[in-house]
Amino acid sequence: MNDMVGSNKTIRIGTMVLVYALLAVTVLCMLVPYLWMLSSSLKLNKDVFSFPMQWIPANPRWENFVDIWTKIPLGRFIYNTAKLSVIVTILQLLTSSFAAYAFSKLHFKGKNVLFLGYIATIAIPWQAYMVPQFIMMRSLGLNNTHMAIILLQAFSAFGVFLMRQFYQGVPDELCEAARIDGLSEYGIWARIMLPLSKPALSTLTIFTFVSTWNDFLGPMIYLTKTDLKTIQIGLRMFISQYSAEYGLIMAASVVSIIPVVIVFLALQKYFVQGVAASGIKG
Amino acid sequence: MQNETVLRPKKAPKSLLSKGVRDHLVAYSFIAPNFIGFAIFTLVPMFFAFVLAFVKWDGSNPMEFIGFDNFARLIKDTTFHKALWNTIVYTIGVVPFTMAVALALAILLNQRIIARNFMRTVFFFPYVASLVAVAAVWNFIFSPTMGPVNNILHLISGVPIEDLPRWAADKHWAMFTVILFTVWKNMGYYMVIYLAGLQGINSELYEAAELDGAGAWRRFRNVTVPQLAPTTFFVLMILVINSFKVYDIFINLFAGADNQLNDSTRVMVYQIYNTAFRSLDYGYASAMAIVLFLLVLGITIVQFRGEKKYGQ
Repeated sequence: MNDMVGSNKTIRIGTMVLVYALLAVTVLCMLVPYLWMLSSSLKLNKDVFSFPMQWIPANPRWENFVDIWTKIPLGRFIYNTAKLSVIVTILQLLTSSFAAYAFSKLHFKGKNVLFLGYIATIAIPWQAYMVPQFIMMRSLGLNNTHMAIILLQAFSAFGVFLMRQFYQGVPDELCEAARIDGLSEYGIWARIMLPLSKPALSTLTIFTFVSTWNDFLGPMIYLTKTDLKTIQIGLRMFISQYSAEYGLIMAASVVSIIPVVIVFLALQKYFVQGVAASGIKG
Repeated sequence: MQNETVLRPKKAPKSLLSKGVRDHLVAYSFIAPNFIGFAIFTLVPMFFAFVLAFVKWDGSNPMEFIGFDNFARLIKDTTFHKALWNTIVYTIGVVPFTMAVALALAILLNQRIIARNFMRTVFFFPYVASLVAVAAVWNFIFSPTMGPVNNILHLISGVPIEDLPRWAADKHWAMFTVILFTVWKNMGYYMVIYLAGLQGINSELYEAAELDGAGAWRRFRNVTVPQLAPTTFFVLMILVINSFKVYDIFINLFAGADNQLNDSTRVMVYQIYNTAFRSLDYGYASAMAIVLFLLVLGITIVQFRGEKKYGQ
């Protein structure tokens, strides 16, 4: 009897050791690229590939982080990206939550057809109509303007869908009570729905902000002037121009990731909830 | 919407507008800001894509209606066939690989395990990290002669570095490298979806199975797998659709210019982009886009039916 318990325990401990070893290796695989990025960003070009690796450089070259700002207009790129991300996020939050309120709490003709239309277009890949969209924007004189990126990202069907899913969970009685108290529909949206929907608003904020910050193809098509480029396109340009400047490329990469790291670590909980919610609803 | 509330009483005294009409106006005013932008910048181009597929146009000369000629050309276009094929190969590589890794990690991280939240964060982070930056690191780490990966492989196996795979720079290994990178970058996202699915399983089912003497494997086979079916189906569909839309990973994973994209790594969206924005052959590019659209539509219909079947 004791023996059996003992061997069971050994198996359990063995399994645990195996599981932890496996997880440790996986975690390492996930982390090594960032550690390598960080370590290389503080090295001279000739030391980046020295083998065996020196994870903490003996003489960290902080100058790399100074030099990149003069080699490329990094400040300009970050400013452009931040501007676009903030404007797109605010517009999406406002227009999506506004429309979602009507779709979940108001009655009007064509509601179902209109909503179905929104959902149907979520499934259509943007890559399938990026060409006509570009032609349209160009004929409006909007290519090589930030306005083009804002207009094509600000009115998202997904945002409307996400907010509506959340509003559906808010009891109708709450709105009824507010109506009886004489609050207008706009008042209900502003004073009841918005404060209640903080989790949904946070999720949409994170997703919109991060995806606009990281967007590659949109800015690549629309922003060909260096002054207008975003950090992703700027970094890409830098990598092709200075392909042998390993230390500098890594320093610029570190800088381009920092804002996302901050947003991610601060709002990580909402991120995970948001992904989970989108999965369950799928 | 502000104009509306101000103008309405002037145009028609309140008594003339029934409550029903007023309610409708209010509702439409809520939808209008999003819908107007959405209609102009999404619906119109979507419609325009279908029109464009039937014309020949370089963007400056007059448009010429050519019927199904663009599609006839696609049928004979071996470069496009190759791009379509590569997209399918990429999809077949990425989808099962990602699903297996994401599910395994989700199951492990659903247990009471030390540093669980830290690990979830670590696995999820590549999904939000900027593609250009992480692709640059991968290009360096996997660089054929200098990169640490080949140096370590050389140390372990003793194979001369010249005989080791040249990864993204090697036409036989390039697709594999891209698939590996994609799994590394996106698996955290699908892991979280699986975690949510796992947490939705009623724990009583596991307890009942355990009472019946089911071991860990049996519990996985007979409880986890069937209970996770809707999640798995959802993950499968999203993965396939996202794989068909891929482009940015390919052009960023090849150091230097994207002209290094050779036959073995040319994907559909790359072909659309190139045909439209480099060759200025808008009509032909739109015909390719329609093919992409139809493929994704087909997958979506399958998903729609499947969801009904699973009764979610």
